[in-house]
Amino acid sequence: MAKTLIQLTVNGEPHEVAVNPRDLLIHTLRETLGLTGAHIGCDTSHCGACTIDIDGQSSKSCTMFAVQANGSNITTIEGMAGADGTLHVLQEAFREMHGLQCGFCTPGMIMRAHRLLEENPTPTEEEIRIGISGNLCRCTGYQNIVKAIQHASETLTSNVEA
Amino acid sequence: MIPGDFEFKQPASKDEALSMLRDGGDDARPLLGGQSLIPMMKLRMASPDILVDLRGLDDLRHISIGKSIHIGAAVTQHELIGSEELFNVCPIIRETALVIADPQIRYSGTIGGNVANGDPGNDMPALMQCLDATYILESSEGIREVKARDFYEAAYFTALQTGEIVTGIRFPKPESGHGYSYQKLKRKVGDYATAAAAVVLSLSGDNVKSASVALTNLADTPLFVEKAEDILVGSQLTLNTIRATMDAAEAIMEPVSDGRGSREYRTKMGGIMVKRAIEQAAMRADGTAKGGLFGWLKR
Amino acid sequence: MADTISEPSQSETSAERSQKLEGIGCKRKRVEDIRFTQGHGNYVDDVKLPGMLFGDFARSPYAHARIKHINKESALKVPGVLAVLTAEDLIPLNLHYMPTLAGDVQAVLAHEKVLFQNQEVAFIVARDRYAAADGVEALEVEYEELEPLLNALKALDDDAPVLRDDLAGKTEGAHGPREHHNHIFTWSAGDEAATQEAFDKADVVIEEYLAHPRVHPCPLETCGSVADMNPITGQLTLWGTFQAPHVVRTVAALITNIPEHKIRVISPDIGGGFGNKVGVYPGYVMSVVASIVLKKPVKWIEDRMENLSTTAFARDYHITAELAATKEGKVIGMRSHVFADHGAFDACADPSKYPAGMYHICTGSYDIPTAFCSVKGVYTNKAPGGVSYRCSFRVTEAVYTIERAMDLLAQKLDMDPAELRQKNLIQPEQFPYTSAFGWEYDSGDYPTAMAKTLEAVDYKKLRQQQAQMVEDFKAGTSREIMGVGLSFFTEVVGAGPSKNCDILGINMFDSCEIRVHPTGAAIARLGVKSQGQGHETTFAQILASETGLPADMITIEEGDTDTAPYGLGTYGSRSTPVAGAAAARAGRKIKHKAQLIASHLLEVHHDDLEWDVDGFAIKGMPDKRRSMKEIAWAAYNNLPKGMEPGLEAVDYYDPPNFTFPYGAYLCVLRIDVDTGVYSVDRFYALDDCGTRINPMIIEGQIHGGLTEAFAVAMGQLIDFDETGNILGASLMDFFLPTAVETPKWETDHTEVPSPHHPIGAKGVGESPHVGGVPAFSNAVNDAFRAFGGVHTHMPHTHSNIWNYARSLGMIDS
Repeated sequence: MAKTLIQLTVNGEPHEVAVNPRDLLIHTLRETLGLTGAHIGCDTSHCGACTIDIDGQSSKSCTMFAVQANGSNITTIEGMAGADGTLHVLQEAFREMHGLQCGFCTPGMIMRAHRLLEENPTPTEEEIRIGISGNLCRCTGYQNIVKAIQHASETLTSNVEA
Repeated sequence: MIPGDFEFKQPASKDEALSMLRDGGDDARPLLGGQSLIPMMKLRMASPDILVDLRGLDDLRHISIGKSIHIGAAVTQHELIGSEELFNVCPIIRETALVIADPQIRYSGTIGGNVANGDPGNDMPALMQCLDATYILESSEGIREVKARDFYEAAYFTALQTGEIVTGIRFPKPESGHGYSYQKLKRKVGDYATAAAAVVLSLSGDNVKSASVALTNLADTPLFVEKAEDILVGSQLTLNTIRATMDAAEAIMEPVSDGRGSREYRTKMGGIMVKRAIEQAAMRADGTAKGGLFGWLKR
Repeated sequence: MADTISEPSQSETSAERSQKLEGIGCKRKRVEDIRFTQGHGNYVDDVKLPGMLFGDFARSPYAHARIKHINKESALKVPGVLAVLTAEDLIPLNLHYMPTLAGDVQAVLAHEKVLFQNQEVAFIVARDRYAAADGVEALEVEYEELEPLLNALKALDDDAPVLRDDLAGKTEGAHGPREHHNHIFTWSAGDEAATQEAFDKADVVIEEYLAHPRVHPCPLETCGSVADMNPITGQLTLWGTFQAPHVVRTVAALITNIPEHKIRVISPDIGGGFGNKVGVYPGYVMSVVASIVLKKPVKWIEDRMENLSTTAFARDYHITAELAATKEGKVIGMRSHVFADHGAFDACADPSKYPAGMYHICTGSYDIPTAFCSVKGVYTNKAPGGVSYRCSFRVTEAVYTIERAMDLLAQKLDMDPAELRQKNLIQPEQFPYTSAFGWEYDSGDYPTAMAKTLEAVDYKKLRQQQAQMVEDFKAGTSREIMGVGLSFFTEVVGAGPSKNCDILGINMFDSCEIRVHPTGAAIARLGVKSQGQGHETTFAQILASETGLPADMITIEEGDTDTAPYGLGTYGSRSTPVAGAAAARAGRKIKHKAQLIASHLLEVHHDDLEWDVDGFAIKGMPDKRRSMKEIAWAAYNNLPKGMEPGLEAVDYYDPPNFTFPYGAYLCVLRIDVDTGVYSVDRFYALDDCGTRINPMIIEGQIHGGLTEAFAVAMGQLIDFDETGNILGASLMDFFLPTAVETPKWETDHTEVPSPHHPIGAKGVGESPHVGGVPAFSNAVNDAFRAFGGVHTHMPHTHSNIWNYARSLGMIDS
């Protein structure tokens, strides 16, 4: 099949990429754009390791064709830290609360947590657990991930108040 | 897991989409959220030559509420959950959408894809049968309507003809003050139902005025429990009438034995889900439901 | 120089300086997280080399079949496909079979026959993974189906199908004589006759069949490798998901005849291992072969279905557990027989002398005078493996055996399970304690751990609540019941002493090499490999405490065989017990030399110096001191006469014994009898892992291990239909709980250091899995005790629980 040119804005930078229709977005990000933060864990849309943010929605990029993302605005884990290298509040919180171990689920987990807090800045524990239920972690048992998201929520809320 | 090759088409209008699907014939598939189709393609259990992307079509994205409720096929589960207007008139939609898959999938997955795919594990088909929804089917030949209760033939086999798509769903606005419940037993978030039941009912005093019961993943199609209406309407909700409804539901179930449990277990769970959905719907219905008559339901 | 350390001011107290080191006992934040939280981890699928090709397997649809014909052309004509490799191509290289860690061989690509579904049949190399997948789909293979053998208990029947044609006539296996064509080994430990005597004279005996079903470690990252054979230099570089990279290098040298110094194995960041990444898999071998053949780098990454169905299952033990006791509840004998389903090839990852791992730790935490166990390994038409899923070798199986058996005995004696355990626990004064199987338990205070646990959860009250719920259920006013599951486990980890442990003849030592740079910064390399355990953080803490250099100034590096000293890798909770000990000892060697340099700098005899947190001071004159930073500088320019310059040390550590972490866990759950749905109300875990290096990381390890225990006990199962089709090999079906299902964990600890470990640490990552599985299973079984229940098998899924309740007459049909 002929390749199609698509336009993507990824982490604020515009890209024009030639893709085959069947190219999965995760592969375009990882292999063409070199953004290897999002991972493939299950191939069947259950684990969420490939989660990125597309036009304000969390999306599993292993279950989306790159052509479907044409024209969209994408944020990946690589776009979360500040331009000066300052970690995002969520990245700090995950480190502070030991919300990660092997790190494989972490990019997807943080991207999902980011969207969750954008939609619900002060979630309850139950809302957090439901909110990250599309992301599997084999290492942490989630308890410290929940704590990290709560911690980030508190920091972000107090930043707004201050 | 890598999908096979295909041609990707993005029509500018619904009419163009329908022509593309007509021209593509059996080799073409419509694509909405892709949350069922793309995994199937990655497993190479589906290998369409042409995908026609319907997500950009604005006339499939509306929710309108009048005497009846109309939902466009491309409305996502996330949008269904987020619609306060819809929740105010028909809260069971949100309750059901919230137990479908997981948050990410709900951003992309659409009601049209969920009802049209014919996967017996999908939750919306039973709910649509419960609400007595009508599907609007369109092709380049024209438009026709099929009741959700008549739409499903077997797993992945529906009333859809080649070149035809579900463009929207319409159902009568449930009576104000109705009770509702979608009860889904599953192994974990993201799983299909071991057994699930949708119940909508209304009460008049102690008597059931209307009732509708449908079931998810308990046969190769969703199941509408026709007899439930006969059993429940006009009678009081007693242990006996509920038991009779459970029996009527269990009698039409034909679940497969799988990792969720044996056929027998899943059938029994279907009955329990019916019971619990009726109990919860009754408690939510206005009138006497919160009173002493139904105290036994609260245990 | 942004990275230099600030010189500790003389006015700082020892405590202040100690805090700055971030040494042992500190909740140091993880070094790894800086890159992981930003998506800059470097996992194997992130490795991208110029010209790299992609390999993918065509796999068998059948569990047992003869390969009649492979039509390579069908795949070769697919655009982008460059090569199709089959067993025929490997035979000239003698690579169609590879040795397993268990002394058997495993087919790299199926030769003549396939022996399990999804077995590797052909390796298709293409320009990218899309073309490779097309090639796999296009490849035509003709099979003749054969009768499959799926029930391990029938493997040794006279008329059982012959699986391994390649072993025809082979009567001697790696672990003794073979008595049947599907027999691998029979192994036993303990005193059979004395145990029989104990059973003969016992007041009470129990015997129960306990299935420990086939499960899979299922780390979130699947297995994969990238092989780059440089045709000019003859140098092979192999990146991969290897928990034991040095062993992989040695195995690669042995099977390919490439000299070992020409092989560089690199384990980059690993996305969880849990035992899945200990073994050597056909994919690794084929990426190497393909790179040699095609003279290009070749990547192989398995998908989730391949991972669950082919690489490394765990458990699959069919256990009979027996206890003999006095009527007062003193256990006097223990016996266990096991049928071990090893799949089509014996690819268990165990120390060579132990084909059933450390199963003979199955007398547990109890003073049981006599015991005997035997394990019979058999072939079936299932994937090979038998790895230790988040535990030391077969220790979860062993602990499950004894902890279920203790509950069963308590039931038979009509005694409380806690009371029975307390009666039989090994007492503090008995350490070092030699078990009936000959293990020397080095240390512990079991009664304290048990008492603390029972008090923390208000055990008596729990039993009262449970009794009330039983009453309510029987009265028909409730459909809910409650279970209290207790487990008191002892692990045997830190393999291990060379007298016990080797892999392919290589003793299971481990190593650390440290180089202190002139400015007082350092790099340390170890022979183990972190997969999420946080080695970069914790090993720096050990070295900080030992050398007085701040942890932040010590880089920890693992996984590159060209730079790291030889070690046996990370599994079986061996990193801290073995490599952690090597790190401490290497640090002490640094300190020893530093003392000599300090004596030179301060112009006193080295015996007149004393160590003070981060330097040496003249005894009684704390101001007269030289910090490690000053000493490091001097090591490169101002040394005592005749001393070698530099400040480096290396230590290879062969531990004198295993370590024996232990703990007491308690699970409270409620069951909705009508659906079999359970909810975990409480899970309390008390661990004793000895000296606690980083309490934050310990807690994280416990949370994770408990979650995996929950998954195994309550849902995980690799199942097959009657024709050998694997069922549920995706994350839709294989139970990895989400944040919603996962219970909340309460952690606690006691701290009895290991007497023989240099810093007293015992290892912790696997305790929660080992102790957690029986705690959950005991809780489910305990819920049914009042209703006549004896034993229901794992996994305790909703449907299995419901079926059990129904079998006990608790559900109207």
